[in-house]
Formats: sequence, structure tokens, C-alpha cells
Amino acid sequence: MPRGAPRGADRRTGSPLVPYLFLAPYLVLFVTFVAVPAVFGLWISLHDWDYMLDSQIFVGLGNYADLFDSTSVIYPDFWNGMQNTLIFTLASVPFLVVLPLLLAMLLHQKFPGRTFFRAMFFAPYVLGVAVIGLMWRYLLDANFGLVNSALGTEIAWTTSQPWAWVGLVAVTVWWTMGFNAIIYLAGLGDIPVEHYEAASLDGANWWQKFVYVTLPGLRPVLVFIVVITVLASANMLGQSYIITQGGPTQSTQTAIMVITELGLSRFQMGAAAAESYLLALFLAVVSILNFWLMRDRDAAAQRRLVRDQRRTVREQPEVVAR
Amino acid sequence: MNRAARNPFLWLLLLLLSVVFLGPLVVMTLTSFKTTGESQAVPPTIWPGEWTSRAYDVLLSSPDNPVLRWFANSMIAATAHALLVVLVASMAGYAFARMEFKGKGALFAVVLSTMFVPGFIFLMPNFLILDSFGWLDTLLAIVVPGAAGAFGVFFMRQFFLSLPKEYEESARIDGAGPFTTFFRVVLPNAMPAMVTLLVLSFLTNWNDFVWPLYVLFNDTSLTLPIGLTKLQGAYTIDYPIIMAGAVIASLPVLLLYAFVQRYVIDGVASSGVKG
Repeated sequence: MPRGAPRGADRRTGSPLVPYLFLAPYLVLFVTFVAVPAVFGLWISLHDWDYMLDSQIFVGLGNYADLFDSTSVIYPDFWNGMQNTLIFTLASVPFLVVLPLLLAMLLHQKFPGRTFFRAMFFAPYVLGVAVIGLMWRYLLDANFGLVNSALGTEIAWTTSQPWAWVGLVAVTVWWTMGFNAIIYLAGLGDIPVEHYEAASLDGANWWQKFVYVTLPGLRPVLVFIVVITVLASANMLGQSYIITQGGPTQSTQTAIMVITELGLSRFQMGAAAAESYLLALFLAVVSILNFWLMRDRDAAAQRRLVRDQRRTVREQPEVVAR
Repeated sequence: MNRAARNPFLWLLLLLLSVVFLGPLVVMTLTSFKTTGESQAVPPTIWPGEWTSRAYDVLLSSPDNPVLRWFANSMIAATAHALLVVLVASMAGYAFARMEFKGKGALFAVVLSTMFVPGFIFLMPNFLILDSFGWLDTLLAIVVPGAAGAFGVFFMRQFFLSLPKEYEESARIDGAGPFTTFFRVVLPNAMPAMVTLLVLSFLTNWNDFVWPLYVLFNDTSLTLPIGLTKLQGAYTIDYPIIMAGAVIASLPVLLLYAFVQRYVIDGVASSGVKG
């Protein structure tokens, strides 16, 4: 038998080309719209690329230098957008991590109709940002909006700060918390019931069960939720675009709004591409930090859980309730 | 009945949350049947004092805002996109799950890693690539590029890994080739996963906002979400008309969701746990 002759794999699939034939349709799309653009985007960012012109001027890292030069034209808008995105992310992520967990714990109870309620709380997420944006633009109207009427207030939700941020964060939480809740709910379902039973036997109250069984059991899900929620918040555009139009005075104009406006409305694609790569770099660092901060404790928590369980088996009740 | 179900506070909380989550959708729908004057009443009403279909009449006969055309565009694009995703992702996911080939591990790692690359870095280059294809301002711009996303491949691979190999093995013993095996034996057994991916892809595409906002220009080529922003510009505070547009954009997805909510929720749930 010659070296490299067909072994198990080829007996199963026939020709060695077959796997590539199965992959081909996807790979054509992947190369054209993901792999090539990822590199092409970098190339664009090294040019003074203007869509309206025939030839593009190579400027090296000039666009990136401009982003750190406070006298450049693009500097103020970009960093204003970055700051606004940071504000929105810091304000929305805690709510989008905590409230869906509470909702998931509520839906994890056994009661008739829980599937129905689960579906209902997820319903807003099924709608697009254009629909929920217009709907809340109306509900938040300063003069005849239902929100002011219900709260007995006269707040200019879309045209004054900090209320514009309060409104945008609240709308985003309302819109997307069902998504995070569903992921939490699946995570809750994966925690073995025996862990809770063991804790009950040890006389743990609900808070102790939450801290010593639920949270450690959810750790991987929690990491995932934090990472994707930060990414989603940093991508915010539609809510601001429709509800506040970036106002009042550009105070809710997010980084993505600045980038798309510069690159796809004013067609200064080189500068906009540089901005998008810089923002992506920031997000990569934040995501890695998130994983790193939470993974370390994750492993430790797992070890502690295993240890606790062993001790629980040996009937040392105070360990779990520590 | 168990303890939780007998707790009145649980039911009070559920009722309150239902109002919070569904109330705005109900108000949106009711407002679309109000007169312009009533929609701006202070204090606001919830139930229309006078029902009128004026908003829908104006909207469906407005030559400047071809809502039905936008609806058709959205429907065609989302359907075509979802079918494309399911086809290419099933084939690629199957190759990654069941076949051995050179560079498999590295290729899968590269594809998977792009799930964490924020989509906005592709905006400028893909705009120029689509321009060179002559696809700007066409539905192809909405249908095709999004199908290069890694989620579908990952999702289908996970499913195929969990599928017992017996079917394929008996098909092979019967002399079926890999393509016959895949299309005749594997895919029919993959229906739940395919439906889930089909629905999720449809919903995502139907609701997509940023990309169509910048690659579609003419009134006749817009999708519904972009058309809605145009309504906002044209009718400013004539809210019954704007809400009617929002209702028209919501109806298909809410109906679809009502029928297949279990698939949608299972799909979302699996994206986290196994991710």
C-alpha cells in the first residue's frame, strides 16, 4: 500500500475532493465577503480613499495618525462618537447582564404557561430596530407620549440629556433582554438538580443557593453574555439614528454612526476604514480582557465546586453555606 | 400544583411584565387606527375613540412611498437569503462534522474566529466589492454577503455532530455516493436544525438595518426597515401613518414567530450554551 493511500476517511467519502466540494459554496462566499474584505479594508485605510475619485492616494498610516491628532478634521467627531459609545456600553451592559438573569430565574420556576410567557418576553427581540425605534420615538414624545403620561412627568426624552441616554438605554434593555434571558435559561437548565438538592439538604437558603450553586454553574454562560452584550452595545446605531437622530447636539451620535456617515455618506472611505479598525482593536482588547478576567475565576470556581461537592457528600453542611 | 404556581406575587409579576413587554406593541397597533388628531391628544388615549383606516389607505396608495414594493423587496430578500444560508451552511457544516481533509482544523478555526470580528469593519470594503460587481442598489446586496457569516456553519456542524451515524453508514453500504447520502439521507434528518436556521436567518435579514441603509438608494429598491425611516422623514409627527408602516413591517415576523417560536428560542438558546 503506497504512502498516503486512502484510509478510513476516503473509504467513507469516495474521492478526496469531496470534502472540498461540500465546502466550496460557503468558502466562495467566505473568501469574497469576509476574508478578502478584512484585508482590503486595511488596504483602504492606508489610502486617502475617496469613492468619488478614480485614483486613490497612498498615505500609509496617515489616517491612523489623524485619529490621534487633535487638530485633524476627523478627530473631534470620532472621539465624540467613541465617548458616546463608551457611555452607552457602560450604561446598558450592567442592566443587560443582571435583568435577563432575574427574568430567566423567574421563567425557570415551574408554573403553567411558562413556555407562553417565555415566548412573550422574547417577542420584542423579533422586531427590527426600525420598528422598535419608531414605536418608542412616539411613546417617548415629550408632548403627547405615553411614557410621560404614565410617569406623570414632562421630560424631553429625545432632546435633552441625560434623558436621551436614559431613554436609549431603557429601550435597548426592553428590546434585547429577552435574548440574553433565553441564553441564561438554557444555562440554568444545564445546572444539575442534584446540586440544588445537596444544598437544600445542607440547609442552604435561596441566596446561598444562588451564590454557591447558580452563579458558579452559570459562569461560562455569564462570560459569553458579557462578551456578546459588550459587542452588541458597541455596535449601537439604529436606536440613536431613529429615536434621537444622534442629538441633542451629537451627544448620542455613536462611533458606528460617525464611521458610516463619514465612509458611506461622505465617501471618505480611507479615514472611515481606519476608524473602524481602531474601534475593532478596542473591542478586541475589551473582549480578551473580559474572557481573561472571568475565565481565571471560572476555573477556580469549578475546582471549588467539585471540592465542595466532595465535602458535601462527606456531610459537612457548613461548607456549602460558608 | 407546585409551590411557585400558587404564589400570587409570581402571577402579579408576570402580568406586570406582560404589560411592559407587549403593551408598546399593542399601543403601536391601536395608534395606527387613530386619527392624526387623536394620536397627538394630551393626555394620550390608548383605545381609539374613533377607528379609522386612513393611515393604511394613505400609506398603501402613496406613490412616493411604495410600501407594498418595500414589503415585496424585504420578503424576496429575506427568503432568498435564508435559503442560501441553509444550503451553504448545511453543506459546509456537514464537511466539518463528518469528513476528514487536509487543513480542516485550521480552516474551521479561521471561520469560527470571524464570529467575533465586528461586522462594521466589512462595511467599506464590501461596499466597494459590491460596487465592482454592480450589485449596489439591488437585492443581491441584501441577499448574498450576509450568507458568508460563520454562525450557520457552526450551528449546522453542531447538529450533525449530534446526529447518529447509522443512517449514513447504511446508505453507504447500499452504494450511495456522498452527495446522494447527504441530500437524500442526512438532510431529511436535519429538518429541525434547518428550520431553526432558516427562521433565524429570515428574521435577521428582514430586520437588518445598517447595511441596507447604505447600499440601497432608490425608492423602489428599499427594504421595509429603510422605507420606515423614509416615512419618518416624510410624515414627521403624523404618527398613525408611521405606526401603520411599523405594523406592516412587524406583522410577518410576529406571525412567523408565533408559529415557530420554539425553533427560534431553541436556536438562540443553543448559540450560547454550546458556544
